[in-house]
Amino acid sequence: MKTVFSRPQALTNKPLHYCPGCGHGIIHRLVAEVIDELGIREKTIGTCPVGCAVVANEYFNVDMQQAAHGRSPAVATGIKRVLPDRVVFTYQGDGDLASIGMTEVVHAAARGELITTIFVNNAIYGMTGGQMAPTSLLGQFTTTTPYGRKKELQGSPIRVAEMLATLEGAVYIARMSVHNATHVMRTKRAIKRAFETQLEGKGYSLVEILSTCPTNWGLSPVEATKWLADNMIPYYPLGEIKVAAAVEGIN
Amino acid sequence: MVRKKVLMKGNEAIGEAAIRAGCQAFFGYPITPQSELPEYLARRMPEVDMIFLQAESELAAISMVYGAAGAGARVMTSSSSPGISLKQEGISMLAGADLPAVIVNIMRGGPGIGGIQPSQADYFQATRGGGHGDYRHLVLAPASIQELADLTWEAFALADQYRNPVLILGDGMLGQMMEPVLLPEEPPPLVDKPWATTGAKDREHNEIYTLHMGMEDLEKHNQRLAKKWEQIAREQVRYDKFMLDDAEIVIVAFGIASRVARRAIRMAREVGIKAGLLRPISLWPFPTAAIAEVAKQARAFLVVEMNLGQMIEDVRLATGGLVPVELFSKITIVPNPKEILQSLCSLARRTGCKIDEAAIKEESA
Amino acid sequence: MDKKREREIRTLLLAGFGGQGIISMGQFLAYAGMLEEREVCFVPAYGPEMRGGTANCLITIDEQQIDSPIFEQPDVAVVMNLPSFNRFEYQVRSKGLLLVNSSLVNQPVQRQDIEAYSIPVNELASSLGNIKVANVVMIGALLELTGIIQAESIIDSMRSTFSDSKHNLLALNRKALEKGAEYVRYLSSKQRLAV
Repeated sequence: MKTVFSRPQALTNKPLHYCPGCGHGIIHRLVAEVIDELGIREKTIGTCPVGCAVVANEYFNVDMQQAAHGRSPAVATGIKRVLPDRVVFTYQGDGDLASIGMTEVVHAAARGELITTIFVNNAIYGMTGGQMAPTSLLGQFTTTTPYGRKKELQGSPIRVAEMLATLEGAVYIARMSVHNATHVMRTKRAIKRAFETQLEGKGYSLVEILSTCPTNWGLSPVEATKWLADNMIPYYPLGEIKVAAAVEGIN
Repeated sequence: MVRKKVLMKGNEAIGEAAIRAGCQAFFGYPITPQSELPEYLARRMPEVDMIFLQAESELAAISMVYGAAGAGARVMTSSSSPGISLKQEGISMLAGADLPAVIVNIMRGGPGIGGIQPSQADYFQATRGGGHGDYRHLVLAPASIQELADLTWEAFALADQYRNPVLILGDGMLGQMMEPVLLPEEPPPLVDKPWATTGAKDREHNEIYTLHMGMEDLEKHNQRLAKKWEQIAREQVRYDKFMLDDAEIVIVAFGIASRVARRAIRMAREVGIKAGLLRPISLWPFPTAAIAEVAKQARAFLVVEMNLGQMIEDVRLATGGLVPVELFSKITIVPNPKEILQSLCSLARRTGCKIDEAAIKEESA
Repeated sequence: MDKKREREIRTLLLAGFGGQGIISMGQFLAYAGMLEEREVCFVPAYGPEMRGGTANCLITIDEQQIDSPIFEQPDVAVVMNLPSFNRFEYQVRSKGLLLVNSSLVNQPVQRQDIEAYSIPVNELASSLGNIKVANVVMIGALLELTGIIQAESIIDSMRSTFSDSKHNLLALNRKALEKGAEYVRYLSSKQRLAV
């Protein structure tokens, strides 16, 4: 009998704790598939954020380190600098990366650290129970913006991919989405290109992935995918935001 | 080859000792009065094919240390008081994740930005686990440039031995002053780190983590860590005695303050006061038993420290109310021996210790 | 030279403007002391009271382990400019030694309980063609008066710490040490200011 579908080597068999309709499960799988396809499972080290993916160390079947809130790019820098021939990635959410850890990600990108960041943007704090994220949309209701996010009070959401793309050290920056199958496949290609950018030693790479949080958005999983497409994509345009000349030959 | 002494600044001696202890990576952020240390390593680490990286902040620096330590490297960071406050997040992480690392605090005065003057005001922060959660780490307090080098070297060995961060606690004057030093030559033996995240090749994947969601998990984790710290407390108490055998008044002082105290004790002996010094070298674990033993025969204690009185609490706990324990305190000024002598004289008179009043009159005349 | 005083001298304070080579003077003395296998300790100006354009350092040279790296009343004070003179004249211990750079200090020494020498080290250095060695001229005078370090050890310390490109300056420095020594030999016999 021919096997047409199986668990990637780079995932453990531990059942995921994520809510129904959450994008993390899909994104974990995409990262794991890319690691398998590139044959780098035994030399990959990842970092987990603080947030819903804090226990990703139990899901990825690669060596993992849990970082303090927001410090993943610095932790990954420490790992990569002492083990330069390994593949190092950070897996971060929007609060972790774009709020408390903005300094670390900006400087890791500016240094052109040879690491890859998987940035999951679901416009809300999931694990702490639905508070405002730096990427929450204007008008979005969260537990800390009960009257909706207002530009005058909380400012406008941050477009992380575009901002980091201005840095010389960041050579591959993409924004993708996992709200439907087509985009899931595109996301995987971007993740692969990001890892290959690292493997080729070209510089810092990041894939921002728009993702769903039905629980904290107060929507059903199906409604959530629609909300993402209707509200997030217009503000956060998808595509490869920056492909430096050095990366053009890759893929 | 005969080993020769070299004249080195404290901050630079730490750097060279770290290199000779096999430090593979240094991550730090500039701050006075310890900047000569990162500057020295910025020059020297590339010469020995090791890593120096100036981080964007102390938070980032200690997190880089965490990553590199988790990846199995011998690694160090350094800072001064305000920067060490920032590093507490990472130090708590290191302690919670059983990671070995060496952290240097060349203390300056606070609170807040404070100043750049030498101080010992971070004693509480250093010895109580300055970050959140219940944790301990070794705190080594050198009093000379030679000891700075020796203890830096040893800190790497101890960090590896116990899988725990080790703090070197100096002050701005130790960092800046120069004394001859005989540098270590061979690094401490490397230890196996099968737990390190080096890539899951031919083994299960390794995880470095500090999250223990289950209530019982976290309880068990803390109890296991406590056993390790109890072991360190049993095995690593270090202190030095000076003229203690017949001492009626015992000074307890560490670091630079202990150097001045030694001078004051010699001066006190010239006026008939039987003074001696007990100098804690490990501030955690604290030499509680040694102090308790000395308290049985002493008539009074004088704690000399450059803060408002922090170590004195540990001395009082150790002496258990047997004898009076008084404080000589300067916060950001290294005291001079004469001032300490005056306190010794006053304490001697009030506690009925021997003192040669005629000799004092002669001295002041 | 008085042998008794030689034994008693172990603490020195050097002070002047930044740029006068005060810190280097201190480091040469400490390094030379180490080469002579003695205990040495060097503390650069540090702390708020020592800031603001002046450079100071404390040096201890001893036969036995050095306790306190700092001291209030040095056995010897070397003052290279007027602010340092004003500040440190009264810090020298009784029966101690004060060396004054008279090129920049035109005030008389008031204290009667110390031994004081005025040495125009800037002019003496200029006569050697390089005013930058004024500090070394002063070291020469200090060594002649105290015998605390051998002049040859100072040269050795320079040889050890100078980069290769500066080794051609060793001869000039040797002359500067001799110049300072010669001047105080002459002074000792002619115009001792106070005892």
